[in-house]
Amino acid sequence: MIFAVLIPLIIACFIPLLSKLKDKIHTGIFVFFVPFLIFLYFVQFLGEDFQPIRHTYNWIPSLGINFDFYLDGLSLLFALLISGIGALVVLYSIFYLSKQERLGSFYVYLLMFMTAMLGVVLSDNIFVLYTFWELTSISSFLLIGYWHFKERSRYGALKSMLITIFGGLSMFGGFILLWVVTGTTSIQEMINQVDIILNSSYLPLILAFVLLGAFTKSAQFPFHIWLPDAMEAPTPVSAYLHSATMVKAGLFLIARFSPIFSGSEWFFIVVSLVGIITLCWGSYMAVRQTDLKAILAFSTISQLGMIMAMLGFGTTAAVFAAIFHILNHATFKGSLFMVAGIIDHETGTRDIRKLGGLITFLPITATLALFGTFSMAGVPLPFLNGFYSKELFFDATLHLENTTFLAEVIPYLAVFGSIFTFVYSMYFFFGVFTGPKQLDKLPKKPHEAPIGMLLSPIVLVAGVILIGLFPNIVNAPFLLHAAQAVNPDVEFHKVYFWHGIDSPALHMSLIVVAIGIILFVTRKKWSKVYTILPGKLSLNKVYDQIVEKLDVISGAITRSYMTGSLKNYMSIILATTLIVSFVFMFITNGFTLEYDYLADVTILEVSVVIIMIIAAVATIFTNHNIAAILVLGVVGYGVAILFVVYRAPDIALTQFVIETVTVALFLLCFYHLPKMRKTTDSAGTKMTNMLISVGFGALMTMVAISAHSSNWFESISDYFVETSYKLGGGHNIVNVILVDMRGLDTLFEIAVLGIAALAIIGLIKLKKDKGAQ
Amino acid sequence: MYKPNDLVLRTTTSLIAFILLGFAIYLLLAGHNSPGGGFVGGLLTSGAILLMYMAYGMEVVKKIIPINFTLLIPIGLAFAVGTGIGSFIFNVPFLSQTFGYFHLPIFGEIELATAMIFDIGVYFTVVGVMMTIILTIANDQ
Repeated sequence: MIFAVLIPLIIACFIPLLSKLKDKIHTGIFVFFVPFLIFLYFVQFLGEDFQPIRHTYNWIPSLGINFDFYLDGLSLLFALLISGIGALVVLYSIFYLSKQERLGSFYVYLLMFMTAMLGVVLSDNIFVLYTFWELTSISSFLLIGYWHFKERSRYGALKSMLITIFGGLSMFGGFILLWVVTGTTSIQEMINQVDIILNSSYLPLILAFVLLGAFTKSAQFPFHIWLPDAMEAPTPVSAYLHSATMVKAGLFLIARFSPIFSGSEWFFIVVSLVGIITLCWGSYMAVRQTDLKAILAFSTISQLGMIMAMLGFGTTAAVFAAIFHILNHATFKGSLFMVAGIIDHETGTRDIRKLGGLITFLPITATLALFGTFSMAGVPLPFLNGFYSKELFFDATLHLENTTFLAEVIPYLAVFGSIFTFVYSMYFFFGVFTGPKQLDKLPKKPHEAPIGMLLSPIVLVAGVILIGLFPNIVNAPFLLHAAQAVNPDVEFHKVYFWHGIDSPALHMSLIVVAIGIILFVTRKKWSKVYTILPGKLSLNKVYDQIVEKLDVISGAITRSYMTGSLKNYMSIILATTLIVSFVFMFITNGFTLEYDYLADVTILEVSVVIIMIIAAVATIFTNHNIAAILVLGVVGYGVAILFVVYRAPDIALTQFVIETVTVALFLLCFYHLPKMRKTTDSAGTKMTNMLISVGFGALMTMVAISAHSSNWFESISDYFVETSYKLGGGHNIVNVILVDMRGLDTLFEIAVLGIAALAIIGLIKLKKDKGAQ
Repeated sequence: MYKPNDLVLRTTTSLIAFILLGFAIYLLLAGHNSPGGGFVGGLLTSGAILLMYMAYGMEVVKKIIPINFTLLIPIGLAFAVGTGIGSFIFNVPFLSQTFGYFHLPIFGEIELATAMIFDIGVYFTVVGVMMTIILTIANDQ
């Protein structure tokens, strides 16, 4: 099975080579066999006695992350959709994309997507599933931005990327929590641990995170906004990714996890509510669109909402209807996208206001569109598959197991959404193919598409009719297994066209058709409602604002502290140290004061320290360079005297000499130093600076006192005193420590000195740019 | 051009500089047993040379002491590292020091420590660094 998943990726490696031949052979012809063979591979599993299959290939066994491929009814349904429609889309793209396009990139992305999608539906391991999930996001991003020279393409690609990756990451968070709770990475094993998950305190988080992933991917309200913008992709991509496969990944996720989550009350409420809102909003907005692909995009959103709602209901009838509709939607929506692509290809525009009366020019396309749109609308005719699933949907809304307020409202919302579905379907068909001809507005003179381009929609429409005529043909060998994977209680039941005149679902269908026709005919009169709702309200604006404001605000925040002023950075560093240290000292009660270890104070020490304090304070207030340098020197010599007092002759010597050298150097550089000026800081800044410096001084004092007061360990100096002569051969303990016991420190200190000298040479002698001061 | 009459300075310098140099060498050699060592010795040496520079001027001192002070830095570092690496010959860890007593003609009984070689490295480095820094900055005008 691993080959079925990875073969597209393997073939993708050879596509750049094959695309060199594109002048002779269209690259798509090579590609066509890949999904076709995969389709044939998966077809062999069809049958009434289907049993789930599991194959495991090690990847990271120590973390329990392996390629666990698990083929049950649900995976099989999706795998067949992906490979079957994939083959048709590749066939269609051979005639749709001209040889001047970058065919190599297109098919590489498409094959990458195919692998990713097959991986998503076949993975049993949550982390592998997540890996493939993100690969679908990335390849979708690449495909939407395929015509990257178009501004709208880039915008759409970025938008879909941000939204789906946002969802993908939150889903990853949910997966990690699931893994923490159950200790396994396998979905099937998680299903066996339903009780543990449902009783876990993480359940609300898991549910929210995983649902967020599914909703963003499947373009549910309010995350649907990326899908209409994704229509900038080439039409084969829209047909494949954004109607039949990728947007159904979210549905797959919900279906896959519903044996786990359906035990939770919230699953029903959230998924049904989001689904039904998406259904209504999508279909309502679709009527407003003027671009053919935008109509189809909102239609996809609405239909996905419908399936989502049915998965939320969770009853056996609803689950079966959802699975049935996934199949039906893939057939008619795929064909409609291809029809839209043909119209675009043959007339040069997708704007429905410019199109009209095309039935005489494109008779075959019109016929295909007729079946597609009427099936989408759920018109009660016995050869349209859309009708069956729609009626099952109505039936499901009337038989909810839940008895909350929501259950009362759902049937009405379902009818409302379906009415608009009917209106936009009719609008799509009659707006394009009937009415006045407007040839002068079309960029090209329309004519029928080549047979190759028509082949794929014909196959899909054949599917529509076949399922419509024999609705039970795929049930037993195919859909039943899929539905049972979602809800094991689903039993085989036949689908009938006619349920009797008193069937409530039929009444709902008739109401939809009746009101739909009235609304469609009077469309121009009531279309003003769109200026009230949504009016100026637009989720796109919200998204744009979020993206823009994030940019602006983060820029403002960064600029507020990244001022480029070293003084400010210093203040921030010191203030942070100050606050953290004081808070830490306060929390841990760290300040201690002990008088036991203190020595007596002599007059000499006191007088030296007083002189140093006076000099230090004077440094702050002096306004003259030389004075500041000399006064600083006083502090240095004071320190040297203190070393003498404390009997450290080596250090005192060094301090004397170094202080002298430093003062001399300061005087040498004095010429180059900037003149000291009176600060122009405001009183507030001065106050803050003072607070920080005084606070820092206080902090250091407290730390020093505390450190001195807490003698936790024996000093090691006794060892040095004892062994200085015995081991080091010297009586000068300081020197023995420096050159013998800790010679390594000294070695690197002289290295530091050397580097400093070289740096000064570099600074002064190697000035290349004399102008840069 | 104005030329200051610094006869007193020069005469005292010729005396003081040698005393300083001698004291510096003493500090270096005596460091192991009494206050002093390579660091202070180096600083004082460079102080003495600096005094000569101030009294006699750049050109004259360059002729008297024809040393490239910057070269002293790597030489000093080589001494220091060399004592460290030398430990390996005797199969002991890096920078192991030892000492012993030897009877030499003229000096008599004397203590010699390998740490002294290390200290000489410090001494050279410090002289090199100090002279390099001061001469570089002073010449920059």
